[in-house]
Amino acid sequence: MRSLATVVALGLALVLTLLMFGLPVADSLRLLGEGAFGDKFGISRTLAKATPLLLTGLGMVIAWRAGMYNIGGEGQLIVGAVGGAAVAAALMGKVVGPVLNPLILAAAMAAGALWSGFAGWLQVARGVPAVISTILLNFVAIQLLAWSVQGPLRRSEGGLPQTAPLPADTMLLKFDRQLDLHFGIVIAVIAVLLVTAFLYGTRSGFRLRLVGASSTAARANRIPSERVAIGSMMLSGALCGLAGGVEYTGITGMLGTGFPQGWGFLAIPVALLGGLHPLGVLLSGLYFGALFAGSENLARFSTGGTTLIYVIQAAAVLAVVALAPRAKPAKVKEAAA
Amino acid sequence: MNDVIQIWQFAIPIALAAVGEVISQRSGVLNIGLEGTMLGGAFVAAYVGLTTGQPWLGLAAGIGVGIITSLLQAWFVLVRSADQVVVGTAINLLALGVTGTLFRRAFGESGQLLSVPTIPKFDGLDAVMLATPIIAVLAAASLRQTGWGLLTRASGEYPTAVEAEGFSVRRLRLGAMTLGGALAGAAGAYLSVGIVGSFAENMTQGRGFVAIALVTFGRWHPIAAVGAGFLMGGLEWLQFKLQAQGSGLIPFQLLLALPYLAALAVLVVGAKGTRGPAALGQPLRRDA
Repeated sequence: MRSLATVVALGLALVLTLLMFGLPVADSLRLLGEGAFGDKFGISRTLAKATPLLLTGLGMVIAWRAGMYNIGGEGQLIVGAVGGAAVAAALMGKVVGPVLNPLILAAAMAAGALWSGFAGWLQVARGVPAVISTILLNFVAIQLLAWSVQGPLRRSEGGLPQTAPLPADTMLLKFDRQLDLHFGIVIAVIAVLLVTAFLYGTRSGFRLRLVGASSTAARANRIPSERVAIGSMMLSGALCGLAGGVEYTGITGMLGTGFPQGWGFLAIPVALLGGLHPLGVLLSGLYFGALFAGSENLARFSTGGTTLIYVIQAAAVLAVVALAPRAKPAKVKEAAA
Repeated sequence: MNDVIQIWQFAIPIALAAVGEVISQRSGVLNIGLEGTMLGGAFVAAYVGLTTGQPWLGLAAGIGVGIITSLLQAWFVLVRSADQVVVGTAINLLALGVTGTLFRRAFGESGQLLSVPTIPKFDGLDAVMLATPIIAVLAAASLRQTGWGLLTRASGEYPTAVEAEGFSVRRLRLGAMTLGGALAGAAGAYLSVGIVGSFAENMTQGRGFVAIALVTFGRWHPIAAVGAGFLMGGLEWLQFKLQAQGSGLIPFQLLLALPYLAALAVLVVGAKGTRGPAALGQPLRRDA
């Protein structure tokens, strides 16, 4: 029932958004479909766009399931990429590519985890709601990226504000040289399985869900909810950081101020439409990946650009909220008090 | 003197939005969509101001958009009892997408600057700048001393008691949200038709989020929130000063990050031990 409502909502949101901007519905849908699935380039683009959405979406599931409103996926992704680029700059030429790549990804995860863990700690120790601090940290992260690509990580003095491009052997494996598709999609799918196993198959995962579902029940069972809160934030940030590292070593190969594409912001609707369940995220991440790939095709023939995706996502979230049975009471109280 | 006026002007968007958010939160509604509401107000105000040549009409249209946005939110939050953070996040995305798409469509992919007529100023002062402190005092006085204020605050503290007395929490929160939306719309509109005289994609740049932080820092008091808004105005002014001087001492990006770091810092210093409205963020459940 719930998933049916979601599918209806997604379809509704797509068609309504097209109508709202006066785009011909049938033609637009055809262009979207061709761009996303029309040929091997389309499918490759869909999967490549879905990769960061899946990883950041999973990150949101973990934090939100623990009752932590992490709105800072974008910042954690950026900081992850910067951390990865710092390791790359330090070790490039000293370590062979196939070894360097996992080091970059590990650094990205660590950087993202620290960034979000700080927000978690602020809430637990200083009473600063994560819902606000993570948003503010997004803006700080954007400037951190700008500073590092113009300062310490800049390729050369006087050149463009970018990091040095990674050598090909340091990049993630590509299946076909013509295509965007890279090994990151495999990492993302493995992450989906691991997060599912963690949330539903381990004691820590159970505790995390319990803390999010009812902090009173968690307290009654002597679960250290503060530690769970910080831990969930760190795990969430690690996944978002990984998304940044994967995007860096899979697609761009270097960092500039244009690196962030808003994946971290879009992660929230991806997670919500996936019912805050990792397997749901797999579906919604792929759907929005397809929409992204399709909308690039659409943009070539009409004025409807990728900003449309924001509208479609927002409309879909609102439609799901509207169609769903009454939502459970929110947990902001503790976050904001 | 000129500097004071400039700081005052920079403070207005954040201060107005913060007063609106105070009213909304006092009634028990956490409006994360403040940023999006401001952005919508900024876009529509610029659009109307440009097409009619009347900045005041632009401001009025911005307020209208703020009210419409808050009514939309109210339906989800009050009627559907939806999660306030979820709805607010969706509103932010919606505003970013709609204003971005319409802007590109109307003014070209290049995102060229438009020149919108701005609100008339006398010695650098304009009516909105003068009105903002008055609005804050009025908001503080009505929250504190009128029956409406008492009931609105009670909706944020102990809504079931308000219902038991025969008042509608839903209606009270709707009123507070509408006021908050109107002020957020005005705040965004002032950014485009009061200060800059143009619109750019995502031009609010997180000011709405900073305003939310100031509400907590100002302990849910309208006048304190406006005071904190002036602090942020001062920072923005400092940014411009240091940027113009081109001092190499402080990295330029650190200056740009300063408002957000400051908002975070005031929360770290000021949030511990504060107590917001007890029912903040909780949907009203009659069946409970």
